[in-house]
Amino acid sequence: MQLYLPIAEVSVNAFLILGLGGIVGFLSGMFGVGGGFLITPLLFFIGVPPAVAVATGANQVVASSISGVLAQLRRKGVDFTMGTVLLIGGVMGSVIGVWVFTLMTRLGQIDLFVQLSYVLFLGLIGAMMFQESVRSLLKSRKAGGAPIRRAHVHSWVHGLPFKMKFRASGLYISVIPPALIGASVGFLSAIMGVGGGFILVPAMIYLLGMPTKVVIGTSLFQIIFVTGFTTVMHAVNSQSVDMMLALLLILGGVVGAQIGTRVGVRLKAEQLRILLSLLVLTVSIRIAGDLLIRPDELYSVTPGVLP
Amino acid sequence: MIRALVLLLGLALPAAAQEVIVSGMSQNRVSITADFDGSEILIYGAVKREAPPPPGAPLEVIVTVEGPATPVAVRRKDRVAGIWINNASVHIDSAPSFYAVATTGPLDYILSDIDNLRYGITIERVIRAIGISDEAEKAGEFVLALLRVRTDEGRYRILEGKVELTEDTLFRTDVVLPANLTEGEYKVRLFLLRDKRVIASQEKVIGVRKEGLERFIFNLAKERPLVYGLLSLALAAISGWGASAAFRLIRV
Repeated sequence: MQLYLPIAEVSVNAFLILGLGGIVGFLSGMFGVGGGFLITPLLFFIGVPPAVAVATGANQVVASSISGVLAQLRRKGVDFTMGTVLLIGGVMGSVIGVWVFTLMTRLGQIDLFVQLSYVLFLGLIGAMMFQESVRSLLKSRKAGGAPIRRAHVHSWVHGLPFKMKFRASGLYISVIPPALIGASVGFLSAIMGVGGGFILVPAMIYLLGMPTKVVIGTSLFQIIFVTGFTTVMHAVNSQSVDMMLALLLILGGVVGAQIGTRVGVRLKAEQLRILLSLLVLTVSIRIAGDLLIRPDELYSVTPGVLP
Repeated sequence: MIRALVLLLGLALPAAAQEVIVSGMSQNRVSITADFDGSEILIYGAVKREAPPPPGAPLEVIVTVEGPATPVAVRRKDRVAGIWINNASVHIDSAPSFYAVATTGPLDYILSDIDNLRYGITIERVIRAIGISDEAEKAGEFVLALLRVRTDEGRYRILEGKVELTEDTLFRTDVVLPANLTEGEYKVRLFLLRDKRVIASQEKVIGVRKEGLERFIFNLAKERPLVYGLLSLALAAISGWGASAAFRLIRV
């Protein structure tokens, strides 16, 4: 069934979009990532203009994150205190990010900047997560049981002031590290047009030492607000949110997210992390390929005046 | 001076007045609704004559359909430090979003360069690129690239031999408008040619507009962007919650 999108001004197959939304929603629910880093390139691929793809992708991520966070809420997997601290940092970071984005647009290199950010951050985080989770999976196999997990690893993080109690995470740490992590995620999401879950999840696990049980829910909680903010900003600044496209993606996405959350609960934390790291690495390699391999068509046409 | 002008007109007019186009289209407006998947427009007509057709060169017909034009930026990727990045760009003042040329025969044989330039018939003559050579060396490559990219996208079409001409009088052609259509006025031009020269021409307009739900969403997004953005968010929130609630019901 063909459907004409009023803002993107292209005609697309409605079932294809529903399917895309479903797959990304499934991954989103399973891993606690918003799925923005998948949906945006996929929309480019089917011919949606980049500006519309970024803005509408953000809107879809809001829906799938809400669906996911509600599922996590029932299993008490959301640390609201931590989420709020991350969010405050996130808003500050995204304000700086928007400023850098505008600067790079003026220099005419925003595409390259975005692609390099994708390759760099996805590649780095994917590789780190993959290595760590394979090691811990092997270790748990060798020990023949669950790995012994120390509740508190004391490091320099614990020496910082402004300590706060994060009850759901069982942590008593300074608010500075989570606020900084939130800020860098906000910065990256403004530049890359993603929720930032793929950075937030490993940062919460490895840097803050939060238990995996609350990581996904808390990440989704933060993503709702960051992508919600992005959606409204895009709608006001560039009128590039396509409601029709968003609705189709959302319908597929919310169902996928529910199924994904249930599948995710059944998998072991290490397996989950290996799968997520492989996914992140695949996207990173794909984008790196676009940069390294000579494109078939060297020229591109963009309607509108050069900045 | 005036006499010279009259004389000039007198020379030019007989050929132009002898044969006149009478034409029609299957539709003069296209509605883009939610299930819009392209549209086919039949353009037909006849040649009205006061006298028998002049002997010699046969009659030829060219039909063009031109979508609304915008400025465009054409960028070229180059390899810099091992990676392919947008390096050079050229700004083109005006390029139509859609352009189709349907003819009775090969353009080179039926149309002279002078009349092509005067009437702006082929796509190369329609694209305006004033002062383009200042911006980049070999700017011509960028215009060729624009033509190539848009031809690949199905936006620019040359339909040589696709106008049917019967007994030098009746003609018809079908022009397919693609699904990724831009809103606006589409200009249809009809040309009669003899001996590679235009002897009569006519212009018509097809209005392409979004209708119904498409119109509503588009207008809301442009006129009340904040409301539209918040509405999109609300839509996302309700669907997210709805799916969550629905799945809880299924499980219990």
